[in-house]
Amino acid sequence: MAIEKRVVFRSAWLPWLLIGPQAVVIGVFFFWPAAQAILQSVQQQDAFGTSTEWVGLANFERIFSDPSYLASFRTTAVFSLLVAVGGIAISLVLAIFADRVIRGALAYKTLLIWPYAVAPAVAGVLWLFMFAPSIGVVSYALRRAGFDWNHLLDANDAMALIVMAAVWKQISYNFLFFLAGLNSIPKSLIEAAAIDGARPWRRFWTIIFPLLSPTTFFLLVINIVYAFFDTFGIIDASTEGGPGKDTAVLVYKVYYDGFKALDLGGSAAQSVVLMLIVVTLTVLQFRFVEKKVNY
Amino acid sequence: MRTKSSSWLAAAVLSVSLCGAAHAQVEIQWWHAMGGPLGDWVNDLAKGFNDSQKDYKVVPTYKGTYPETLTAGIAAFRAGNAPDILQVFEVGTATMMASKGAIVPVGKVMKDSGLKFDPTGYVPAVAGYYTAPNGQMLSLPFNSSTTIFYYNKDAFKAAGLDPEKPPATWPEVALAAAKLKASGQACPFTTSWISWTQLESFSAWHNVEFASKQNGLGGIDARLTFNGPVQLRHIQNLENMAKQGLFVYKGRDNKADATFPSGECAMMTGSAGLYGNVKKNAKFAYGLAPLPYYPDVPGAPQNTVIGGASLWVMSGRPADHYKGVATFFNYLSSPEVQAASHKRTGYLPITMASYKLTDSSGFYKENPGTDVAVNQMIRKVTDKSRGIRLGNFLQIRTIVDEELEQVWGGKKSAKDALDTAVKRGNEQLERFQAANKS
Amino acid sequence: MVERRPILDFVSHAILLVGVAIVAFPVYLTFVASTHTATEIVQTPMPLLPGDQLVHNYLAALTGSEKGQGSGAPVGRMMWVSLVTALGISLGKIAISLLSAFAIVYFRFPFKQLVFWAIFVTLMLPVEVRIFPTYQVISDLHMLNSYAGLTVPLIASATATFLFRQFFLTVPDELVEAARVDGAGPMRFFKDVLVPLSATSIAALFVIQFIYGWNQYLWPLLVTTNESMYPVVIGIKRMIAGGDATQAWNLVMATAILAMLPPALVVVLMQKWFVKGLVDTEK
Repeated sequence: MAIEKRVVFRSAWLPWLLIGPQAVVIGVFFFWPAAQAILQSVQQQDAFGTSTEWVGLANFERIFSDPSYLASFRTTAVFSLLVAVGGIAISLVLAIFADRVIRGALAYKTLLIWPYAVAPAVAGVLWLFMFAPSIGVVSYALRRAGFDWNHLLDANDAMALIVMAAVWKQISYNFLFFLAGLNSIPKSLIEAAAIDGARPWRRFWTIIFPLLSPTTFFLLVINIVYAFFDTFGIIDASTEGGPGKDTAVLVYKVYYDGFKALDLGGSAAQSVVLMLIVVTLTVLQFRFVEKKVNY
Repeated sequence: MRTKSSSWLAAAVLSVSLCGAAHAQVEIQWWHAMGGPLGDWVNDLAKGFNDSQKDYKVVPTYKGTYPETLTAGIAAFRAGNAPDILQVFEVGTATMMASKGAIVPVGKVMKDSGLKFDPTGYVPAVAGYYTAPNGQMLSLPFNSSTTIFYYNKDAFKAAGLDPEKPPATWPEVALAAAKLKASGQACPFTTSWISWTQLESFSAWHNVEFASKQNGLGGIDARLTFNGPVQLRHIQNLENMAKQGLFVYKGRDNKADATFPSGECAMMTGSAGLYGNVKKNAKFAYGLAPLPYYPDVPGAPQNTVIGGASLWVMSGRPADHYKGVATFFNYLSSPEVQAASHKRTGYLPITMASYKLTDSSGFYKENPGTDVAVNQMIRKVTDKSRGIRLGNFLQIRTIVDEELEQVWGGKKSAKDALDTAVKRGNEQLERFQAANKS
Repeated sequence: MVERRPILDFVSHAILLVGVAIVAFPVYLTFVASTHTATEIVQTPMPLLPGDQLVHNYLAALTGSEKGQGSGAPVGRMMWVSLVTALGISLGKIAISLLSAFAIVYFRFPFKQLVFWAIFVTLMLPVEVRIFPTYQVISDLHMLNSYAGLTVPLIASATATFLFRQFFLTVPDELVEAARVDGAGPMRFFKDVLVPLSATSIAALFVIQFIYGWNQYLWPLLVTTNESMYPVVIGIKRMIAGGDATQAWNLVMATAILAMLPPALVVVLMQKWFVKGLVDTEK
């Protein structure tokens, strides 16, 4: 991450003190347990940990020789792209317009942010209510419109469902941060441009979007991380990776193996692979995309 | 200088405090996965026990769904503070057993406590699932249900079928489904828990093996055999029914449960425990019937296989807790408590005595259909129908879900799906065996 | 909005209305479901207009009077636990992330890159995967069944640090130079200049982290064995029964709506902060 401030403070000890609290918390509550969890990727253990065996790279070999694991790479790529791009685009549009209007602004913003407060447990149930083939309100409407919705047996419907459910949650989240970003753009800049005769479309692309780019970059990275790591709950509540394995993204399999199947070695091995993928992706984003960001 | 009265006082104080110490209550931690009205049931059971004696206090704690509760139990065990009693779903049985030293078999707990305990008083088909081959009970069956057949009497009438004669065989089910479809039913037949109802319980019902080594009860080297001729024929039948729209797949696990009480599907095989839901929400006349079977298979109908959960006793707890657990288990198994639980929840009674008590109270007459589940279980069991115990069973069920979904979606033939499921499932069993070398 | 463009206004409102309709639809459904009886909800398809059971359901949810809630824990107590947890997590996260981001952006020190990535990588291992060792740490530190156990492990946040880093990078260097000229040290600059400037980011993060803390389910489920330390989401999930028993969906939905009210309040209040922050930071 090459972006640096030109003017900095000098102190040998102050920065360490400042990062101290966070370092302690993540050291004790993340790195220490994470190291142990990852260690299990080279072990084979029973669920209760009463017998442990070192198996070297056997867990890794096993997952890579499973064709469905390799297939889930593709599923994950499609899913994450749709969720990240879809989520950011939709919420950006909504944020721009919500920032624009004056009448009803508070109501719009509250109603668009509030769905983030729906607890994931309840959200899962709601999606079932809405999309259950034939009785869900939405699938009922879709069928009346001539569209035969069945996410239980149709892979594309299933993917559409989990993308929608994942994006929905993120729209509120992204919207909120875009609003915050828009709020910090000085109105004087926009007024000056308007006085110069620039129309809204032009103002957006030459002023707003560039000034919003730190927020956009932030959301891009966060949304991709979200799509890769935080969506297993939604998938578990709706399709459970089905039909077959058509919506079994990588992190779902990690969750299933670690949490339900209690195959700790396999789950840990998959976590390592997943982490490497996303770290690589993130490094690439910081290296290439961040160049375009206006700070 | 001690006066007489002060020594009396001292003696009185001393004896009172000794009494107090002798009656210090031992707290028994019970972690369970029962939410909703079942949670009320659990709390009432604990309260009933606590009120009935002074030495022990059972403290039930809700720990989420079955996987969450098991994870909590494992995490606590690994950290050295496991609960005394843990409720684990039936597919976790092999995991609980294979972990050396994590649990104490119920049979041992009861024997060591010195309390009266008669393992033969338990219903064989129910307790057998949780019993070792040598007869030692490993865990206490708690909320066991079995697979039964629900049907919509009003829909039957509308289709020209006799509402008092539910289909007893699978060919009859197909015929009834055809008539229902002709009369406008969009979903004539569906099922929940497809592996449990259509393969596991199905196999036991027809006295054929689901897996070798007595379905795994005989050893950790069991392998799956549910792609045999009887099961294959059945899945092919379902495949044909699906193609004709007579069988409509409504999702994994219990997602299909909602479709019967809402009237969406006219016939359904599912858990007997759904009865309460049906009774409360169905706006139509409904009936309960035994699981259908194929009349030309010798030995059918035998008995069905249970589902649900049992109570395991964790090891490493203080010595005086185990007597409390034994006392509590005795309380739970008493005919009165069992009969009350059975009537309240629809779960199977685990002892013959409680079954007889419920029967003699007239409950089955007043609530027709509630004895269907019990009747399927109160029979002699065979080696192939006592129960199933397989490692990585949860994964195996998921594999079955996945493969069969390909069949209903028209992507695979029944034979391919079953063969692949057996192959993938056996990989799971091999892994389990390797990870749990005894 | 700078000039009057009626067509654009109309389009704005239209798009926003569609957006709200789609995004808020599940919340609307929750509300509708909370005003019917449980039987009405499971009919095909679910009714789309509110029913007449509003008062009855909400009273039952609040007082725990109806059977089927599966627990004796009163909603009030659970909401209190959720409140303390949510506040603890959000305030804690914001505090330590402000400090860390400040260090990363405004200082040069060895291993700075490594520190940033170390913080970032905490997003990349879901808690479910490391649950056994994390539980062990909590247990060893005797933090089970405590507010500390519920909040401290969740305080480390890469998201907040990353967000503040983004924001700090946009702060003009002139401000730092001006502070230096005034003789102010780094912490003075931090306190008097940087934090006030970050008001909108702090407000946004507060909303998100409050809701995140409020909706915690799995972690509290594991580290508490005392049901009086359960937050409200566990109460909701618990009503969604296990196995086959009848779900009291109407009560579930009513409790869910009640559980969503404090976050809604936070959202509304924070928006006032946005506006205030805007006025203050007008450069």
